[in-house]
Amino acid sequence: MIDRTEAARDPEEARGPDRRWRITVLSLVPIVAVAALLGFGLGRNPSDVDNALVGTRAAAFALRDVHTGRTLRMSELRGHPVVLNFWASWCVPCIEEHANLISAWQRFGDTGVVFLSVMFEDSPANAADFERRWGAAGWPNLVDPGSRTALDYGVRGVPETFFIGPDGVIRAQHSGPVSYDIVAQDLAPLLKRSNPGMAAGAGP
Amino acid sequence: MSNGNGSTAARVSRVPRSAIWLAVAAVLLGAGIVIAVSRSSGGPQTIEQKVQAVASGLRCVVCEDLSVADSPVQAARDMRAEIERRLRAGDTPDQVTDYFVSRYGEWILFSPPPHGIALIPWVAPALALLAGVAVVVSMLRRRRRRPSSEAVRVTAAERARIARELAALEEPE
Repeated sequence: MIDRTEAARDPEEARGPDRRWRITVLSLVPIVAVAALLGFGLGRNPSDVDNALVGTRAAAFALRDVHTGRTLRMSELRGHPVVLNFWASWCVPCIEEHANLISAWQRFGDTGVVFLSVMFEDSPANAADFERRWGAAGWPNLVDPGSRTALDYGVRGVPETFFIGPDGVIRAQHSGPVSYDIVAQDLAPLLKRSNPGMAAGAGP
Repeated sequence: MSNGNGSTAARVSRVPRSAIWLAVAAVLLGAGIVIAVSRSSGGPQTIEQKVQAVASGLRCVVCEDLSVADSPVQAARDMRAEIERRLRAGDTPDQVTDYFVSRYGEWILFSPPPHGIALIPWVAPALALLAGVAVVVSMLRRRRRRPSSEAVRVTAAERARIARELAALEEPE
């Protein structure tokens, strides 16, 4: 029925301009959609991902300190701000970071802040070599068998540093080497939380 | 007479149209079966197969462009060991995957999750297929319609002329 009425008219006249418009619009839609998607996607760094753990409770662990042989538990650290640093002796940016951590530790280590390092895919012997070469760390260096703690913290590479509040909640996370200023900046709100009198003198 | 011709023309174009839809349905059904078979594939049986299945769905955290199943680095080996430990402790493969997602976010999934903006790569091929089918169907329909419409167009003025010329041909004899 429809076929015949349409057929009776001139097909070009009946759907010429109307049809051409529809085809133009229909073919432009996917082109614009793909262009918009590329514009959105290419402007982003795919490895720049928000850490899923900031604001959540820091995972429990019980890890051996290579310096003392003692086992350290996350649960013992309640009431203290914690700087938890994942590192490796084979990691070149960790060398530069090591000096920054030492100066931060010298400034904040006796204000109640606990500094902890966790070795990532590394051996205690290599770590000892590293400390001989680049300076001894005055804080515990923990062995993480099977990287289980690194997985619990969603570590995606070294160095990576977590700033944990006295309440045991992760307040900040930093991928890549931290500077002294980054440590001081991320610790400031945590110091306020644990001791209101301490935050004022955050300079070196 | 012309009415009879019109309905046969319509019938001729209607039969292939249903055949086209049948073909479309067959293609979609086939694609569905292929997807279903490749998804289930009998279900992994041994712990090793389950580890492999979970590991192939997770991104190696330090190498990023390889799955945990395919990466030879120590970090991926540790992840495989963790997957195995959790499976042996009684976790289902989904629970193991959920653990890694809870630590790393959906970034760690090797295939994009089927929601949010990551839905696009799942849906786009189906949409493109449907759009392609729509284009082919409309082209076939137009091609079918054209000869019948031209046949009808002849009727009015030219039928009289044909009759006249036939009559003119018959006259000399």
